[in-house]
Amino acid sequence: MTAILPAKSLADRLTTLFWRKPNLLLALLITPPLLWLGVIYLGSLAALLLQSFYSIDEFSGMVVREFTLKTYGELLRPQNYDIILRTLLMSAAVTLGSAILAFPIAYYAARYAKGRWKAVFYLGIMLPLWSSYLVKVYAWKLILAKEGILTWAATQTHTNFVLDAALALPGIGGNSLSTSYIGMFLVFTYVWLPYMILPMQAALERVPTSMLEASQDLGATKAQTFRTVILPLAMPGIIAGSIFTFSLTMGDYIIPQIVGNSANFIGMAVYQLQGTAGNTPLAAAFAVIPIVIMLIYLSLAKRAGAFDAL
Amino acid sequence: MPAAVEFRSVSRHFGPTTAPIKAVDGVDLTIAEGAFFAMLGPSGSGKTTCLRLISGFESPTAGEICIFGENVSNTPPHLRNVNTVFQDYALFPHMNVRDNVAYGLMVKGMARAQRYAKAEEMLALVHLDAYGSRKPGQLSGGQRQRVALARALVNEPKVLLLDEPLGALDLKLREAMQDELKSLQKRLGITFVFVTHDQHEALSMADSLAVFNEGKIAQIGTPAEIYAQPKTRFVADFVGSSNVLPPALTQSLGGPAKWSSLRPETLHLDPAGPLQGTVTSLRYLGSGHRIAITTQGQDIAAILPTGTELPEPGQQIRLSFPANALHIMDQA
Repeated sequence: MTAILPAKSLADRLTTLFWRKPNLLLALLITPPLLWLGVIYLGSLAALLLQSFYSIDEFSGMVVREFTLKTYGELLRPQNYDIILRTLLMSAAVTLGSAILAFPIAYYAARYAKGRWKAVFYLGIMLPLWSSYLVKVYAWKLILAKEGILTWAATQTHTNFVLDAALALPGIGGNSLSTSYIGMFLVFTYVWLPYMILPMQAALERVPTSMLEASQDLGATKAQTFRTVILPLAMPGIIAGSIFTFSLTMGDYIIPQIVGNSANFIGMAVYQLQGTAGNTPLAAAFAVIPIVIMLIYLSLAKRAGAFDAL
Repeated sequence: MPAAVEFRSVSRHFGPTTAPIKAVDGVDLTIAEGAFFAMLGPSGSGKTTCLRLISGFESPTAGEICIFGENVSNTPPHLRNVNTVFQDYALFPHMNVRDNVAYGLMVKGMARAQRYAKAEEMLALVHLDAYGSRKPGQLSGGQRQRVALARALVNEPKVLLLDEPLGALDLKLREAMQDELKSLQKRLGITFVFVTHDQHEALSMADSLAVFNEGKIAQIGTPAEIYAQPKTRFVADFVGSSNVLPPALTQSLGGPAKWSSLRPETLHLDPAGPLQGTVTSLRYLGSGHRIAITTQGQDIAAILPTGTELPEPGQQIRLSFPANALHIMDQA
């Protein structure tokens, strides 16, 4: 008797094997990225955490490989504590500013933009991301400088007093926008804004129109609908966006060097400590702070019900 | 007494004024208070747009809409005393069932204890007393529908609008919900207006209905009127899939030279019947058989009860019908 089906090739036997044991294929596909994530990414994170429990010998400058909480204690010194507080406040301000700016844009893109306008929207959001981060920051430094276009525009429109009033604000003002916290805030908000808009827009797009109509139908005004339906349903997206803006600001060490009054930020501190100062344990301890803050932030957000709509 | 809902030559056109898409085109409609009114039609016939005109999510491009005598053509949805049960129910996923039902009262500023008490009352009405603390995602389709119903009714609307209310439910649940909606409407005395493309649903639930076709109302009447005396070929065909006979065939059966309709279930086998034709198909329906014959180039369907001796496909047979079954239509 001759076989009706041709003899099984190796490929056939392989696909049959995968069909019979679907988990085998899954395991083969997922092992390389898991190894990458587990060993290289989480592994280095663990090494970092370990380093932060070491300390530095003040006389020799050598790392003492013994478990101690002394390094973490150093974070509480006024000058280090100030760095943490400053970074935290800036990150919070940037996140809030981005969220307020991003929401209307994301809302428009999700609910109204159709076809070609949607493409224009995506291009508009993504285009700034294609150019170099450094170019953007230096461009901003020029825009914000005392001789820059902003000051010029204010002079031409006789609105200098607004600029002067802003720069005269205690704490966040300064000589010019490019050397003040206000300027730094503007630049941070500019560079991280797309990371807030995109997840927000994705969340808003998932809110069905009938949900908004139902709210109106039940007697809610636009403001009530926004507060009780749109905002809670968009919250997972807002949180996702804020994770980006918050952690990116917390870790950044370039913008605080170029714009602002050269006050120290966590990122800069880590850069200096592990580089010139050679104090790896303290650098590690500094680096742990954003992680801890993000964990606290997320658990608070979860408790507040931010993920209920997921 | 003013009607619950009144449309005065209402139109809703979309797109450019030079070549508009006429979703609703010059509709006149009166829905009496306390009615269970159905808007029936195929998709794209304008029935859903009409419902949205009542709820306020669409505004008319011409004509006016009155609810209990008050012209609401320019009133936004949240200020109209009507509530909607949406086709997808549109329950808020981040709120539990109780908060969903109490939502309308919450936005009006009612105190928490009071609105929760009312919400529980409504949940009891739809037999979901114990479900207040659950999230919509934890409910079945039928339960979600009841929550949507309770959420609309808690506001004591003057008119309740239902958009394809039973479309997403399976057959058994659909039948149960039909009875329940009917008894609920009777008990509350509220005017119910529902949209459906299912003629069985419209005929069995409504006490009057409008059949929509291409943005216009083809016929308004009670289910019995619409079924037995369709005014147009479209109504005859869409409601109960009647046999629509051209003038020549009507004439050969003893009628005037006009279009007429003949319900399949009124036909029976009769060797002396006036309709002669060749059996082309035979289909078992459960409660009977549907046979199709061809006569004068026209397909005629007949429903024969179980127990009838069935002809074979290809066989010549004769059918007859009671004299009053042939319904003459005035319009083509």
